[in-house]
Amino acid sequence: MDNRQSYLELRDLSVGYAQADVLHGISMRVEEGEIIALLGANGAGKTTALTAISGLLRPRAGGIFFAGRSLHATPSHKIVEMGITHAPEGRRVFGSLSVMDNLKLGAFTLKDGKQKKKLLDWVCELFPRLRERGEQLAGTLSGGEQQMLSIGRALMSDPKILLLDEPSLGLAPMLVAAIFKSIREINDRGVTVILVEQNARAALKIADRGYVLEVGKMVLEDKAEVLLANTQVQAAYLGGAKVT
Amino acid sequence: MSIRKLWDRHSHSPALFIVFFVFMALLPTLLDLGKAAGGGIAWLDMLNKIGISAALALSLNLILGQTGLFHMGHTAFFAVGAYATAILNTLYGWPVFHTLPVAGLLAALAGLAVALPIIRLRGDYLLIVTVGIVEIVRIALTNNIFDLTGGANGIYGISRPVIFGMVFNTPKLQYYLIWAFTAFSVFFFYRLEHSRFGRALCFIKADEIAAAGCGINVALCKLTAFTLGACFAGMAGTLYAANIRTIEPSSFNFYESVILFAIVILGGAGSIAGVLLGSFLLIGLQDLFRDFQSARMLFFGSAMVAMMIFRPQGLIPRQGGPKLACEIPLLPAPEQLEDASKGDVSDGKKDGGRDAFPA
Amino acid sequence: MEELLHQLSNGLALGGIYALIALGYTMVYGILRLINFAHGDLFTLGAYLGLTLLTSFGLAGHIQAGFATALVLIFSMGLVALVGLALERVAYRPLRGSDRLCAVVSALGASIFFQNAMMLFYGARSLVYPPGILPDASIHIFGAELPLARFLMFAFSVLLMCLLYWFIHKTRLGAAIRAVAIDPNTARLMGINVDSVISLIFFIGPALGGAAGVMVGLYYGQITYDMGFGFGLKAFTAAILGGIGNIPGAMLGGILLGLIETISSAYLSIAWKDAVAFAVLILILVFRPTGLLGERVADKI
Repeated sequence: MDNRQSYLELRDLSVGYAQADVLHGISMRVEEGEIIALLGANGAGKTTALTAISGLLRPRAGGIFFAGRSLHATPSHKIVEMGITHAPEGRRVFGSLSVMDNLKLGAFTLKDGKQKKKLLDWVCELFPRLRERGEQLAGTLSGGEQQMLSIGRALMSDPKILLLDEPSLGLAPMLVAAIFKSIREINDRGVTVILVEQNARAALKIADRGYVLEVGKMVLEDKAEVLLANTQVQAAYLGGAKVT
Repeated sequence: MSIRKLWDRHSHSPALFIVFFVFMALLPTLLDLGKAAGGGIAWLDMLNKIGISAALALSLNLILGQTGLFHMGHTAFFAVGAYATAILNTLYGWPVFHTLPVAGLLAALAGLAVALPIIRLRGDYLLIVTVGIVEIVRIALTNNIFDLTGGANGIYGISRPVIFGMVFNTPKLQYYLIWAFTAFSVFFFYRLEHSRFGRALCFIKADEIAAAGCGINVALCKLTAFTLGACFAGMAGTLYAANIRTIEPSSFNFYESVILFAIVILGGAGSIAGVLLGSFLLIGLQDLFRDFQSARMLFFGSAMVAMMIFRPQGLIPRQGGPKLACEIPLLPAPEQLEDASKGDVSDGKKDGGRDAFPA
Repeated sequence: MEELLHQLSNGLALGGIYALIALGYTMVYGILRLINFAHGDLFTLGAYLGLTLLTSFGLAGHIQAGFATALVLIFSMGLVALVGLALERVAYRPLRGSDRLCAVVSALGASIFFQNAMMLFYGARSLVYPPGILPDASIHIFGAELPLARFLMFAFSVLLMCLLYWFIHKTRLGAAIRAVAIDPNTARLMGINVDSVISLIFFIGPALGGAAGVMVGLYYGQITYDMGFGFGLKAFTAAILGGIGNIPGAMLGGILLGLIETISSAYLSIAWKDAVAFAVLILILVFRPTGLLGERVADKI
């Protein structure tokens, strides 16, 4: 058993709502610099896992550890300060605020003006469209642009770990490819990424390792290439076609 | 079986109500017997007040407790009934009992008129509109509208009710009259609660959209509840007018509405037994501590806050416990809450029935 | 014409006061969807505290009236703000996540508590502010001689509103407030401490209400323990008129309602002037519930 501390670790995590658990004792480890794909069907609990990490939901049992520190009972805003940022499902941009205001809000936890400017420059380099649409209301952006804004906003907090929830949802394939390319670039800069995706193929293509959730339980864990080649995974999540 | 279980099982049974009302019927006699121990008349007066408040609160319970409409303007309908009786009696010489159905009818019409435009408003807005309505009614009464209402001094000299030649002019006789009406109210609302209509109201309170999906005509049910509640409030107004014989606008203010509201909620929204208990407690204690005017109000205010924090389901919750399908659960699941659409002012209980205070 | 100008200037002064109180209601409602029934009583508290400060420091009628008034205003605002913080902590925070009806009952209870606390402490009869603090002078506009005091009132309200607007739109905290007002959960994900933001709202709102209370005392002279009900209900009407949750809306709604009330009391009937305001409330909710400038209520709880 590997005793070395993982960067982020979920240990026997059970999370749910008043009536029932959604996650039943799942475990996961993420090393620094990795891209982890978290896959599974709708309702498997992927979003719940991310929400537990970012502190919006309290686990009923089990623990979450970041660089050895337990995140138990840490409020969400502190978790962001610690370096984990969550770009939620459905983008959830602040529609009645401008693109720039959204981005600046992402940097809420930062105090250094120069650092903020550097981050803003980087985000606008990654997603030039955001600078173009800078003063537009976020609610008027297209789906793809909102996704870029959501990711950009998350990056503005200078995260060590970025939790991405369904970035490809509702986007045209070309946009999906562009978004995933950006995710690669983000990771190259040193940001660890946990990627929740229904588009398993695209996710596994850029990921280092992957986990598969089924009805709240972790059923598979392996290197990304291995999962891509796995026939079960192919049948369930990759449309059955053989991966070339 | 433990006392608690016994209580839970029977606290809403008809047997308990029958026992209660038998006791109430005997109470004046008991008081007479114990007269050496204290003035019977004072007690009777207080009990009369409680009786009228109980009847009034029961009528509000139909609207607020059972249907879940945030109604803080019930005193307005009470006023309509009281003034109808007062005017017909003092200006046109109608016997009090003849005014009873008219008061009920007028109040019902007022209820309908008020409810029609506002029935689709969402909870908080409905609340604030009803507050506005109470105020408008009070101001109209004070301003001697149609030159009928006697202005700020009100109307005095209302006669006593007469049935078959018997004049109800002593506190004891008033007591029997008032509590007979209250007993009738309990009976009526109890039967209503257990009817199809009552169940429909329960579903509407729990989840309006789902109720509509079951084929319930939500708007019609709400209107009916409102109108019925107003009708009974009007009739209670008649009894009130005949009881104290002088009515004035200042007794029908927002504050009285708050007391009624509190009786229903703190007693246990939707629970008839709870409302009865609430009336006894709130009105009785009010009367007992009459000398400590402000201090008792301080206590009342803090009690309201404390009750919501520690026992929000009220003293006698509906159906003896919070686990019935019709009871609104107290803790929402954050992710189950859907977006309320922007600018939506309809009663937005879409999110699985939760009308929750944001966490 | 002169009469009209008088009424208009009256309306502006009153409207400014309504606007300040309305802001407190609208900010709280925008985030928590709660009608803070106790807000009107915090306004009243401001009036009483202002009076206490004025008289206990023997400042009434002395020189430097302007400076003294400013001090009194600041202190009253600060004290009321602290009470507002306490109110949120005691009566509202424990109920987060509960049925909305519970929050309403709690708000009502808090209101009853405050009202009666003030009645106990200050007495049931109305109290009078020392006269002579506001300037007596008049200014000439379009041939009419209008009291300067009215315009001072209005100007001060506008000043506070501008400060608020600047705060909300130009500062980091203000951006946080706007974010929480739109989507509290996502705001959390930005690293914003939503509880602190809510506390801040319950600091600013009551502070503005407290200022309005002192102004009412100075301008109208008489204060009573239950004036919070009338002012509060009308201010809430103003907030709805402008669009609940919408800060410029509350400002606009307040001023508009002040004008409507003064004009109708002058040209229709004084006895019915309160009813006019409530009628406006009902009409707005029935015909245009989102208000003039549109609602801004948190769309994800």
